[in-house]
Amino acid sequence: MKLAKKDLLGIQDLSVEEINLILDTAESFIEVSTREIKKVPTLRGKTIINLFLEASTRTRTSFEIAGKRLSADTINISSSTSSIVKGETLIDTAKNLEAMNPDVVVIRHSAAGAPHILAKAVKQAVINAGDGSHEHPTQALLDLMTIRSKKGKIDGLKVAICGDIAHSRVARSNIYALTKMGASVAVAGPATMMPRYIERMGVQAYSKLEEAIIDADIVMMLRIQLERQNEHIFPSLREYATYFGLNRKNISLAKKDVLVMHPGPVNRGVELAPDIADAPFSVILDQVTNGVAVRMALLYLLTGGN
Amino acid sequence: MKLILTGGRVVDPSLNIDAVLDISIEDGKIAGIGPDIPKEPAKSRKGMQTNVKTIHLGGMIVVPGLIDMHVHLREPGFEYKETIETGSRAAAAGGFTSVACMPNTNPVNDSRSITEFIKKKAALCGLVNVYPIAAVSIGSAGTNLTDFRDLRDAGAVGFSDDGKPVANSALMRRALEYASSISLPVISHCEDTLLSAGGVMNEGFAATELGLQGIPAIAEDVMTVRDIMIAAYTGAAVHIAHVSTAGSVDIIREAKKRGIRVTAETAPHYFTLTEESLREYDTFYKVNPPLRTKEDVAAVKEGLRDDTIDVIASDHAPHAATDKEVEFDLASSGMVGLETSLALSLSLVSDGVLTLPQLIQKMSAWPAKVLNIPKGTLRIGADADITVIDTKKTWTVDRMQFRSRSRNSPFHGRQMTGRAILTIKGGKITYSDNQDNT
Ligand SMILES: [Zn+2]
Repeated sequence: MKLAKKDLLGIQDLSVEEINLILDTAESFIEVSTREIKKVPTLRGKTIINLFLEASTRTRTSFEIAGKRLSADTINISSSTSSIVKGETLIDTAKNLEAMNPDVVVIRHSAAGAPHILAKAVKQAVINAGDGSHEHPTQALLDLMTIRSKKGKIDGLKVAICGDIAHSRVARSNIYALTKMGASVAVAGPATMMPRYIERMGVQAYSKLEEAIIDADIVMMLRIQLERQNEHIFPSLREYATYFGLNRKNISLAKKDVLVMHPGPVNRGVELAPDIADAPFSVILDQVTNGVAVRMALLYLLTGGN
Repeated sequence: MKLILTGGRVVDPSLNIDAVLDISIEDGKIAGIGPDIPKEPAKSRKGMQTNVKTIHLGGMIVVPGLIDMHVHLREPGFEYKETIETGSRAAAAGGFTSVACMPNTNPVNDSRSITEFIKKKAALCGLVNVYPIAAVSIGSAGTNLTDFRDLRDAGAVGFSDDGKPVANSALMRRALEYASSISLPVISHCEDTLLSAGGVMNEGFAATELGLQGIPAIAEDVMTVRDIMIAAYTGAAVHIAHVSTAGSVDIIREAKKRGIRVTAETAPHYFTLTEESLREYDTFYKVNPPLRTKEDVAAVKEGLRDDTIDVIASDHAPHAATDKEVEFDLASSGMVGLETSLALSLSLVSDGVLTLPQLIQKMSAWPAKVLNIPKGTLRIGADADITVIDTKKTWTVDRMQFRSRSRNSPFHGRQMTGRAILTIKGGKITYSDNQDNT
C-alpha cells in the first residue's frame, strides 16, 4: 500500500486509513534506528531538500537523520531571511528548487500556507515541517505514534492540550489527528490564547487548566513563545507559570497512568514545573525518537515506496 | 457630429426615468432625450448635411455613465502596477466614465502639483474623467492637514488617507470640520490599526483553522463609530469607505436614522465572497478590509437594499505578480475591480436584492452626489457620459484580457452575466465591444 498523495501539507487532509498507514510504516522503521549500522538502502539515489526558512534545529535534524538512514542525499537550505528581503518570491524559490530535480522538498516556514503555495508550484513531493501557526503534521503523527505505542490505542482516550492554542501549529495538527483517531480533546489556556470558534474544531475549551486535565489520559503542554508577551496575550511569565503551568499538584487530577507530552523545546519552570519534564510519566524523549521514524515513513511513502 | 442612441431602455434614477427612449448627443452634451428623436440626418440651414451616427440599442440598457469613486491608479510611483492610462482603459472597458483615485501613490497626493499631474495625465489619455482624492494629512502620515482649499482648487474632490487610516481622532475631527466648510467629503478607511495589527484575514473560524492572524470586525467597527460620532458632534459629513462588516452596517443605519451626515460605500467582493475563499491561501483573495463571513455578506446586501449603503465602488487595487506570488502574510492587499465590478453588481439585481434603477443609482447618481460632481445624470445639457449595458450577455472572466496592467483578480475563470458593451464619455466612444462603433 502507498500514500495516494503528492504532498503532506496537513493532518486536516489525511484520512484515518492514511494516518494508520503512516504509523504502521513508522513502526516498521523504528528497528532501523536501533541497529548498529543505522542505514537501509531504500532511498538510495533520491534527493531530499530541507528548506528551512525559520530557525529550527530539532525538526531539521530529525528530517536530516531520517533521510540519511534511508540512504537519500539530503541537502539543507536554512535561512531566516524572508523571500521579500532577498528580492525573490516564494514562487521563484520553488521554481529554482524544482529545476534541480529533487524528489522531496521539506519546508519549514514562519508563514502559514507557504508549503501549500510551494506544493502548487512544484511537481515534487512537499512535506510541511511546520508553517506559521497553521499545521505541523509530522509532530502530530509522532505524537500519535507515541500515544499508540504507550497506550496501545488512541480511540477513546482523553487528551488535554494546554497553552497558547491560537498560535500553535502543534495544537491544530494534534486536534485534527486526535479527533480523527477517536480521542476526545480538551484545550485549555487563557482566553487571550484561544482562537475564535475553537470548539467548532470538535474540542472542549476551558480557561482553567485544571478543568481540562481532570481524568486525562494524556496531557500535552505547549511551549510558550516568550516574544508573544508584546501582544498582550499574557501578563507575566510568573502569572502564566502559576496558573497555566503543569505541576505535581494539578497533574494529580489526571488519570493515574497519565502521560505528559511536550513538542519541545521545554521552557522549564514556565509551562512545566522544573521536575515534571523528567518525571516517569513524561514521554518527551520517546516523542523525539518516534519523530525520526515517522519522518522516515513519510519520505518513503511519498517517494512511492512499497 | 451628432450621435443618436435609439431603442434602448433608458434607466436614469436622477431623472426618475425607466423607459425605452432615444438620446441625442451633440458637442459632447446630452442634446435631447425622448421617445421621438428624429433619426434622419437633419439638413442644416445652409443645406449642408450634418454628420449623424445612429446606434441601435434594442434590448440594451442605457444609463448615466457609471462612476467608481474608489480606485487606485498607482501613478505616480507604482507604474509597474497600473498607470493612469491603463487604469483609464480598464475603467472604460468596465463601463465607467468617471473614477475617483486614492492618494496613496508615491509621492502621496498631498499637494497641488500631484493633483494637477494626475488631472493632466488623465486628460491626455481622455478615456475617463479622473477625479483625484487628495490626502487628509501630509504624506498620509496622520500628523498635519494638507492644504484642503488649495487642493480643491487644483481639482481634488475629496480627502482620504485610504490605506493609512487616520488614527489621531483630533486630526480627524479637524479634517471633517475643515472639509465640510468647503463642501468636500472626507472618505474614511475605518480601521483601528492596533486592533488589526499583524492580521491578514478576517478573525473567524477560517482564520482559526488556517492559522492566519485575524483582523477582527471590531477593528473596522470602532472606527466607524468614532467617525460617525465626530460627524454627529461637528455637523460635518463623513463618507465611510468599503464597508465590510455587519456591525458597521448597523452603526451606519442607526446614524442615518438619527440624521447624522454619513454616507457609505461597499465593494463587490464584500457582497460576493467570504473568508471561506481563503482556504487555499490564494493571495488574490487578500484584501483590506478582509473578506468576512456569510453573515456579514448578508448584512452588506441588506444595507445596500435599504440604502444604508449608498454607493458601490470597486476599490480597484492593482498589484503585480511580485506583490502577490509570495507568502500570504507578505502579500499585498487588494484586487483589481474595474473590469468585473458591473457584472458582480448586476448579480444583486438578478438575486432580487436591488432593482436595476437602484443599482444604477448606487453606481452613478449617488457617488456623484457624495463627491459633489456634476455627473451621474442624462439631463439635457449634461456631459454626454453614457454606459450601455447588455444585462444578458454571458462571458467568462479572463485576467489575461484585462486592460488593467495588473491581473490580480480572484474572479478569473468565473462565468458572469451582464457587461458594458458601449461606454461614451463626453460624447466620444471610449469603449465598444463592436468594432463598427469605434
Ligand atoms: Zn481602503
